[in-house]
Amino acid sequence: MNAQSPVIAKRSAAQRAMRFVLPVIVFAAGLLAWELVVRIREIPPYVLPAPSVILLTLIKDWAVLSQSLAATLATTLEGFVAASIGGIALALLFNQSKWVEYSLFPYAIVLQVTPVIAIAPLLLIYLEQQTAVVVCAFIVAFFPVLSNTTLGLNSVDRNLAGLFQLYGASKPQTLRFLKLPAALPYILGGLRIAGGLSLIGAVVAEIAAGTAGAGSGLAYRIAESGYRLNIPRMFAALLLLSLAGIVIYGVLALVSHLVLRRWHESALGKEN
Amino acid sequence: MVERNPSPAVEASLTALAVSLRGVTKVYDNGVMALGPFDLAVRKGEFISLLGPSGCGKSTVLRLIAELGAPSSGTVRVARREGVPQPGHGIGFVFQEPTLMPWANVRENVRLPLKLGGVPKAEGRARADAALASVGLADFADSFPRELSGGMKMRVSLARALVTDPDILLMDEPFAALDEITRFRLNNDLLALWRRLRKTVIFVTHSVFESVYLSQRVVVMTARPGRIQADIRIETVEPRGEEFRTSTAYSDYCRRVSAALAPSYSGQSTL
Repeated sequence: MNAQSPVIAKRSAAQRAMRFVLPVIVFAAGLLAWELVVRIREIPPYVLPAPSVILLTLIKDWAVLSQSLAATLATTLEGFVAASIGGIALALLFNQSKWVEYSLFPYAIVLQVTPVIAIAPLLLIYLEQQTAVVVCAFIVAFFPVLSNTTLGLNSVDRNLAGLFQLYGASKPQTLRFLKLPAALPYILGGLRIAGGLSLIGAVVAEIAAGTAGAGSGLAYRIAESGYRLNIPRMFAALLLLSLAGIVIYGVLALVSHLVLRRWHESALGKEN
Repeated sequence: MVERNPSPAVEASLTALAVSLRGVTKVYDNGVMALGPFDLAVRKGEFISLLGPSGCGKSTVLRLIAELGAPSSGTVRVARREGVPQPGHGIGFVFQEPTLMPWANVRENVRLPLKLGGVPKAEGRARADAALASVGLADFADSFPRELSGGMKMRVSLARALVTDPDILLMDEPFAALDEITRFRLNNDLLALWRRLRKTVIFVTHSVFESVYLSQRVVVMTARPGRIQADIRIETVEPRGEEFRTSTAYSDYCRRVSAALAPSYSGQSTL
């Protein structure tokens, strides 16, 4: 067994490297094929821009695009913070009182299952545009935080709860020292989903706002460039949105890993 | 030496009682009668084992003593030291599982009862370290539960039960999930601790051998609803050690306890 383990270790290290190398190779091959097809068949940029053209557009339009990126990220962040606070607070409220949970939970579900793209135009009528966009991001993102936190608060170890009862823990003490730490992995999982969803919510609302002729976010740029048949800029904006989504996910995953690495199974190395 | 349901009055006259249960029954919400009527008197400083088939209400007895539940009828009395502020602090509870908070290190886990009781942090830490030292884990205060073996986790759990310096230690099959070697070691360590601290210990187990080895009295319970089948006093030269475990007196006691337990498993199957 011992003689085999270095081999296994080497193989797993190689496997881990492959997990990064292979997608990169696929990506590069895809780009190359795209570039070649566009050049060989001489496809005009307003039909399909080559990757090189998209990159050049990104650099050329950076002034406009970076502003839009900042606007979208600000909206996403506001929606995300609102969703996190709102979702966790609502879950805590539900956990304190079953009656509140029974009364309100169905509406949380209704809000979740109604497509936000259908709600956005209404919100834009009743609310100021920036507020409406943040509310959209909130509506899409708060449900996973709420449901995950609720799940976490309900999955406290029964024996540990008994222990707290035995030592006469007050309700705030039980919440702070038992329920919240026990729910933390679930909450972080919910936040990780909420990060990506608030970007989606922001984009959806911006597109809805864009069709009304106002806005400054990346999604608005995409809509606007579409009207102008500025296809390379559409792609450039899309690229930025995609990168933003990846970064948001990466940051939240990193935070989750750093917070849980000492104790939770999900963050522990495979060697254990 | 075999006493069946000794009258509480006689017991009380001998020494002060730490715990007394009289006519206690427990019926669960689903209508299952888990216990009783059950009478038990435990003297201060005594080490007794509750032994019985699974589902006979052994754990229920402990939970009632710890006030983690109320009896359906009868009375549960627990002697309290004066000046003990919180209800739980006169009692230390060791569960079948180590029941540690995975997010907190060993010291913080042991300090928990003190933290909940409002003991200042510095004092709590010092007492937690002292309790850890008493179970031989002084070097592991900064480790996390997942970094410890099963036996070590159980020791942490024991240290946490001892940190409030309780009069009564309730142990609910604490070593059931451990391998035999670890279990023997912890048995010896527990006996050494008991000799040193002279706490009242009520130890729930389903192992005949463990109950005879550890306790001064083995209370054998019937199948559900749990009642007392036999109350057997184990008398031997103290301190007990490995020589007791291999003596004929030990095997005689084991045979007697097993015989008392026999009606529970030779009777109708409860499955």
